[in-house]
Amino acid sequence: MHSPPAPALLDVDRLRAEFPVLERETRPGVPLIYLDSAATSQKPRAVLEAMTAFYEHQNANIHRGIHRLAEEATGAYESARRRVAAFIGTPDPAEIVFTRNATESINLVASTWGRTKLRAGDLIVLTEMEHHANLVPWQMLAAERGLRLAHIPIDANGRLDAEAYRELLSRGPRLVAFTAMSNVLGTITPAAEMTAQAHAAGALVLLDAAQSIPHLATDVRALGADFVVFSAHKMCGPTGIGVLYARRELLESMPPYQGGGDMIRRVSLHAFTPNDVPYKFEAGTPAIAEAIGLGAAVDFLDAIGMQEVQAHEAAITEYALDRLSEVPGLQVFGPPAAERGGLASFSMADAHPHDVAQILDSLGVAVRAGHHCAMPIHEVLGVPATTRASFYLYTTPGEIDRLIDGLYKVKHVFA
Amino acid sequence: MDDLYREQIIDRYKNPRSRGTLDPHDFTYEDDNPLCGDRIRIDVRVDADDRVTAAAFSGQGCAISQAAADLLTESVVGKTLDEVKQLTKDDILEMLGIELGPVRLKCALLSLKVLKAGVYGIDQLEADLA
Repeated sequence: MHSPPAPALLDVDRLRAEFPVLERETRPGVPLIYLDSAATSQKPRAVLEAMTAFYEHQNANIHRGIHRLAEEATGAYESARRRVAAFIGTPDPAEIVFTRNATESINLVASTWGRTKLRAGDLIVLTEMEHHANLVPWQMLAAERGLRLAHIPIDANGRLDAEAYRELLSRGPRLVAFTAMSNVLGTITPAAEMTAQAHAAGALVLLDAAQSIPHLATDVRALGADFVVFSAHKMCGPTGIGVLYARRELLESMPPYQGGGDMIRRVSLHAFTPNDVPYKFEAGTPAIAEAIGLGAAVDFLDAIGMQEVQAHEAAITEYALDRLSEVPGLQVFGPPAAERGGLASFSMADAHPHDVAQILDSLGVAVRAGHHCAMPIHEVLGVPATTRASFYLYTTPGEIDRLIDGLYKVKHVFA
Repeated sequence: MDDLYREQIIDRYKNPRSRGTLDPHDFTYEDDNPLCGDRIRIDVRVDADDRVTAAAFSGQGCAISQAAADLLTESVVGKTLDEVKQLTKDDILEMLGIELGPVRLKCALLSLKVLKAGVYGIDQLEADLA
């Protein structure tokens, strides 16, 4: 009845061996089934080893020291920047600004570009399915500067309403900021097309790629986006480092974000001259080991091939949706498998998401329950919370089967 | 199976004894836990001596939050308001008979927060908890 995805596109068993945490049990005899990669992915040994090797052999501050270690550390940090640039399709590493995470990247754009380029009454277009990270910074800026915010609605299948978008563009927004992949519905938005439409209407585009870059091959130049933000920790990298990609001329036109060391060219007691891009946005000692970890994560993903990752997850997602549909009283939100990334948020009759997640946890299955930092979309869906299972390159059909077993257990408890 | 879902809790969740609203009532209060969407309202009637004569809860949420609300509202009937004010987190955990992690503790304690806010007035409660 339910055939697991046919040809093994990835050697998942070999890949799983690269992730030490996947070998653990959550309690004696209960292996971990990690279905929460949309919150944060697990980390392969190559990333952990790159970071440890840095601390054991090269640890020094960057960009200033003359000594051997400082030069090696600087080289490793800048090499990571070049590999990230290549990974997302820009030949210019200066277009890669290292931040703390996608959230900080959005706040950086709001604080610098937003504060200097936007005037009272200007319109920013967002969507109903944004993560709080792509809502609250704009709400704060709107309150400060008297901006207007409007939101593209979603339809019953979790797709953005294209006609409503065209209508919003006719109002002359200055910025369209939207997710490339919803963290609740999994919807993959038509980012290239929406970007072209926004540009034709005279707006710039910020793409929240936190959920998409770990899973889909990304070419920022082909997308044409002005700003692209993402976090390392969802793509096999460490926490504490994220990326802002922006076109060089935009970065050059923006004032600095935070003041401090490294972001300056020259300082006197009363004034400073900012450094070149991207350094003028990287005040203070950055997350050096984490940048090196991100570089290793990019190498790891490159070696597998993002097309292969994408194909594996598409097969897993299709299998998961198929199996979820057999559970009576379970409702999955969002579009069909072909239009979504590797996650499924659902509700179950008679069982609250907290109870679902708790019972699954007792079987070793880790899922997320709650509003997933996207309260407005839950209001649109008409549910206070959902349970979300999310997948990655290491997810197996057998793990989906364990999830389904667990959901039957939930039904049994609450029957 | 975790004893989180032992029979008493599931039974209370599915067959609550004191679910409903009281009209008229002497106190009522409603609050939610925005993190998970648990929402609870509690209505209370008292007699001339400030002794609870009836209590009922309504709302929605997880099994822990709803079972705790049912056990709590049932247990306060016959208590004076002063006795209600003395109730603590440990009383709720004792009624539930389980150990809870920090996230689920919020679910379990929502009804106590709502009850006390109704009896004290929310300002006094915040001062009391501070």
